[in-house]
Amino acid sequence: MINTNQKADVWVFAEQHNGHLEDVSLELLGKARALAAQLNVAVGAVLLGQQVSSLSQRLISHGADKVLLADHPLLAHYQTNSYAKVFCQLVRKYQPQIVLFGATVTGRDLAPRIASELRAGLTADCTDLQIGDHKPPNEDKLYKGLLFQIRPAFGGNIIATIINYQRWPQMATVREGVMRMADPNPRRKGRVIKVDVELGPEDLPLEILQEHQQPRKVNLKAARIIVAGGAGVGSKENFKLIWELANCLGGAPAGSRAAVDLGFIDHQYQVGQTGTTVRPALYIAIGISGAIQHRAGMEQSQKIVAINKDPQAPIFSIAHYKIVADLNDVVPRMIKALKEKATR
Amino acid sequence: MGYNCVVLVKQVPDTKRITGKVMNDDGTVNRAALAAIFNPEDLNALEMALQIKGLYGGTVTAITMGLPSAAEVLREALYRGSDRAILITDPRAAASDTLATSYILSCAVRNVPYDIVLCGRQAIDGDTAQVGPQVAQKLGITQITYVEALEGLQGRSITVRRNIGNGWQLVRTNLPVLMTVIDSANQPRIPAAKRLMRYKKARARCEIEAQLRLERPQLEQGELAELVEQAAKELSSRGLLIEQWDIDMIGADPALCGRSGSPTKVHRIQSVILSAKDSKTVEPTDAGISQMISELISDRIIA
Repeated sequence: MINTNQKADVWVFAEQHNGHLEDVSLELLGKARALAAQLNVAVGAVLLGQQVSSLSQRLISHGADKVLLADHPLLAHYQTNSYAKVFCQLVRKYQPQIVLFGATVTGRDLAPRIASELRAGLTADCTDLQIGDHKPPNEDKLYKGLLFQIRPAFGGNIIATIINYQRWPQMATVREGVMRMADPNPRRKGRVIKVDVELGPEDLPLEILQEHQQPRKVNLKAARIIVAGGAGVGSKENFKLIWELANCLGGAPAGSRAAVDLGFIDHQYQVGQTGTTVRPALYIAIGISGAIQHRAGMEQSQKIVAINKDPQAPIFSIAHYKIVADLNDVVPRMIKALKEKATR
Repeated sequence: MGYNCVVLVKQVPDTKRITGKVMNDDGTVNRAALAAIFNPEDLNALEMALQIKGLYGGTVTAITMGLPSAAEVLREALYRGSDRAILITDPRAAASDTLATSYILSCAVRNVPYDIVLCGRQAIDGDTAQVGPQVAQKLGITQITYVEALEGLQGRSITVRRNIGNGWQLVRTNLPVLMTVIDSANQPRIPAAKRLMRYKKARARCEIEAQLRLERPQLEQGELAELVEQAAKELSSRGLLIEQWDIDMIGADPALCGRSGSPTKVHRIQSVILSAKDSKTVEPTDAGISQMISELISDRIIA
């Protein structure tokens, strides 16, 4: 735990594996930039690894004002203990007010270990971050400029805004794709601060015997918004509507089993019992009747929009927004409406 | 030979089968609308512990922290093969966030012999996946998260496979270790009928007391305490007592438990559930669609 300091930086853990930066870290830098601007402080990216200094400019172009670079052979491969040790040393030394992590397997392994050691609060899987004020019910004092950590809980049935006003840093994780990645500005200037690293073999308790990484496939589970088409879309040609709407929303396209069987979309995009089970914030079912096998794979979505010509389609029984109409008419209208809102 | 496994389990509201209104009008959670279940991935953790015991011998201890009603998940752990069950219940532990919870659980674990601590990767009520790593940090032991297979144990060395999202990793480390287990690791066994018959009578002290109060409301405090003690002794002699600990018994500092031990506070809670009757029919017109999109934006569903 460190003292609260309104002038302190906003940090992002710059997650990299084998010299490849995770998208979520770049997305977070954009958000951190916006939060830091409101607080009138700087953004720091914390980069740990071996021979990774070449990634610094990319972090700066995405919003970092400074890169804290810990370059050490023992940081070549991620391990909980070694990374947590270096990170905690940096927090104690530089005392940031906010620290953000991607909610990746690594982020969810590392952030709680660090929070526990620092005795700081940590909020997982935030869907929004804002700056705001808070007055505790039993105090007269108004705590200003706090990080509002907004996240769903109870299986998405409630939205909680979490704060930590006494013990800092304020820590949060955010899933990939939740924050929009800002366009990089290659002319942005920033400082690279090389930090000392003291690590020994005792900080690497794991022996990594083997590792296998598939090339990145479609990851529907990580998508916050899914636009899925079914047999009702009619043809592979017409499935372009699904891709276009998904694109407009920054979401992922998907299909029902019927759409996959008809060859409209590849199997790896299939939602349902025999495909992927998803629970995004928004699921738009287009031309999908909603057989139980499909519903089982998506009914936990926070909001469901269903578009179908048949008013009796079972998908409507779980939809929050029902549109009984021809998808060929509705989807273009949705795309138009979204484009209008975006330009406003 | 053999390994002492401690499994941290949690009773959670069944968020998949929510009925009625989740939030009361005053903003608190309406527990009555939520059925309580054994957190699904904790069953996978328990199964892995039982498999370790089956392969190498040793013991399995299930620990939970919660309300007196959480004794139910401990009974379920006993039905499935747990040797020992411990309930941490204390009003001073209420409103603990993940940091305070992991502190309390780590204090409890220190009071039992352990080589391997297991828990589900995450609980379905919060989905934070934080308590496992935080308990490991507080115990000062190695953590391995997202475990999807146990490859084997040899002496003080354990080898497991982790799921790293886009692939897997085979790792080896020395005991003691804390592992968080994911749902694809195994198929949890169903309770054995014989154990179920035997352990359905297992009770914690708080449950014995509640039952006595119900049956004999006129009892005085002293008499009640005596009867509870008698019943507990009797159950204990038959191996049917669920141990019940408070935070003093595990040597936890009250200032680090509950609300005072929790750095995160709730600023605001909003209910977002739409039950079937809340669903809306949207007119397939530009105005109708525009209105729906505005609502999705104000609900923070889309940016």
